[in-house]
Amino acid sequence: MRVLPYGDRAVLIEVDTLDQVRAVHSGLLGAKLGGVVDLVPAARTVLVTFSRPAPTCQVRSILESVDLTAVPAAAGRELVIPVHYDGPDLDLVARTAGLSTAEVIELHTSAGYSVAFTGFAPGFGYLTGLPAPLRQSRLDSPRATVPSGAVGIAGEFTGVYPKSSPGGWRLLGHTELTMFDARRDPAALLAPGDRVRFEVAS
Amino acid sequence: MTITVLRPGPLALVQDLGRPGHAALGVPPSGALDAPALELANALVGNPADAAGLELLLGGALLRADVPCVIAVTGPPVQLKVDKEPVYSHQPIELKAGQQIRIGTPKTGLRVYLAVHGGIDVPQELGSRSTDTLSGIGPQPLKADDTLPLATPELTMFAARNEPRTSSTPGPLIIRVTLGPRDDWFLDAETQLSSGEWTVSPQSNRVGLRLSGTRLERSIEGELPSEGLVTGAIQVPAGGEPVIFLNDRPTTGGYPVIGTVHPADLPLLAQARPGTTVRMTLDVRG
Repeated sequence: MRVLPYGDRAVLIEVDTLDQVRAVHSGLLGAKLGGVVDLVPAARTVLVTFSRPAPTCQVRSILESVDLTAVPAAAGRELVIPVHYDGPDLDLVARTAGLSTAEVIELHTSAGYSVAFTGFAPGFGYLTGLPAPLRQSRLDSPRATVPSGAVGIAGEFTGVYPKSSPGGWRLLGHTELTMFDARRDPAALLAPGDRVRFEVAS
Repeated sequence: MTITVLRPGPLALVQDLGRPGHAALGVPPSGALDAPALELANALVGNPADAAGLELLLGGALLRADVPCVIAVTGPPVQLKVDKEPVYSHQPIELKAGQQIRIGTPKTGLRVYLAVHGGIDVPQELGSRSTDTLSGIGPQPLKADDTLPLATPELTMFAARNEPRTSSTPGPLIIRVTLGPRDDWFLDAETQLSSGEWTVSPQSNRVGLRLSGTRLERSIEGELPSEGLVTGAIQVPAGGEPVIFLNDRPTTGGYPVIGTVHPADLPLLAQARPGTTVRMTLDVRG
C-alpha cells in the first residue's frame, strides 16, 4: 500500500487489488475522519479529499489498522435491474464466449454483482462479479452514441450507461430504469458497495 | 420576482459554489470558477457566499430587472451601463423595475460575475444551482428571453465598494504547484515543471485549462487504471501537453497527474485568457 500526496487537500491511497480497495474504502468510511469532502474508490486507488489541509498522518494511522486481506461484507443497498436482452453485441458476446445467446443471458442474470466504483459519467457504476466467459475486451472502435439505459460488459466489469454517450462496451441489452436523475432522491441508483442482480425484463 | 436575459453574451451560466461531495457517484463539483469573485459579488448585495449568481464568459450580457433589485458585478474590471448611464463594477447597483444593465467586454480576464440581492432561485440539483457543462446537471446555458426567478432577500446590508483584484499585471502567470500523485511517471518532474513554459489554449473550458508548450516527458509509458481526480490536478495525456482540471472536470481519469495547483491559484486560472503565458513554481509548503 502507498499513500501518495495529491495537492495539500487530498491523498491518494494505492493498493494492488479491487478487494484491497474495498477494505481501505470501508476502513476510511468507518473511521469518521473530520473534514472529508469526498471518498472516491477506483480500480486500484481510494482518493480522499478534505475541505482543509489533508491530515496525512492521521490517514496513515487509520490505514495501519486496516486489514487488507479481509474483504468487508457488502453493506450497501440491493438493486435488481430488469434488462431487455436485445443488445447489438449479444451475438458477438455469445460467439466470443462459445455459448448460445440464451446461455449468455443465463450467465449474466445468475451472477451477483457489487458496485466497485463509479466514474465516466454521473451514476455509471462499475460492477464486479462478472462470470469469466463474459469478461471480454471493449469493441475495437467505440460507438459514437450508446443510448441511455444500455447494459454492457467490458473486461472484468458490467454496467449500465446512465445517459446517452459515446462508449466502447459490448452491449447485451437495455433497461428502462433511470439510473441517474439529479432531481431525484437518491439521484444515483448505484453507489460504491451496493449489490446488484440483473433479471430478464418481462 | 425575476430578471430577464435579453442577450446572454458568449456564455452565461448560473453558478454558485457548486456541489462538492458527490464524486463517489461520478458527479463533478462544478461551481463558479473564480469563486472569490462570486463571493465578493454576493457580499456586495448582502447575500450569503453560496447564493447563485451568473458567470458571464467575456461579459457581453444585457439583462432587465423585472422588479426593483440590487445587483453587483465583479471579476475583472468591466464597463457597465444602467440604461444609458455608466455605473461602476464592484459596488452595489440599484435597478428600478424595467431598467436594463448592459455588461461590457472586459479588457483583461475572462469571467465576469453578477449577483442579485436574494440570489437566483432556480431549482437545486444535488444541493447546488450550478450548471455543470460536463454532465449536464443544473440549468442549461442561458439564452435570450430566459427569465430567472429571484429568492426573497433575507438581509439588507450592502457592503461598500471593493477594488477589482489586480490580476491584470502583464507578464506570465506563475502558479504554485505541488508534485504528485504520479510525478514518478515522469523524468525529473520537478525540473520539467519548473522550467517549462506554456500558453493557455483556446480549447480550454470549464472542464480544464489546456496548455500548449513544453511536452512533459514520461519515464513510464501507458495508462493507469482510472483513479480519482481533484480540481487543479495537472494531468498529462499521451501527447505530453498538460491539462489543468477545473470545476466541471470528470471525477476519475486514467492519464497520470504529475502535480496539483495550489487551491488559492485556481481563480487566477479561471481568468486566464487563451494566449496567456503560464509557468509553474514548486510550492515547498505542499
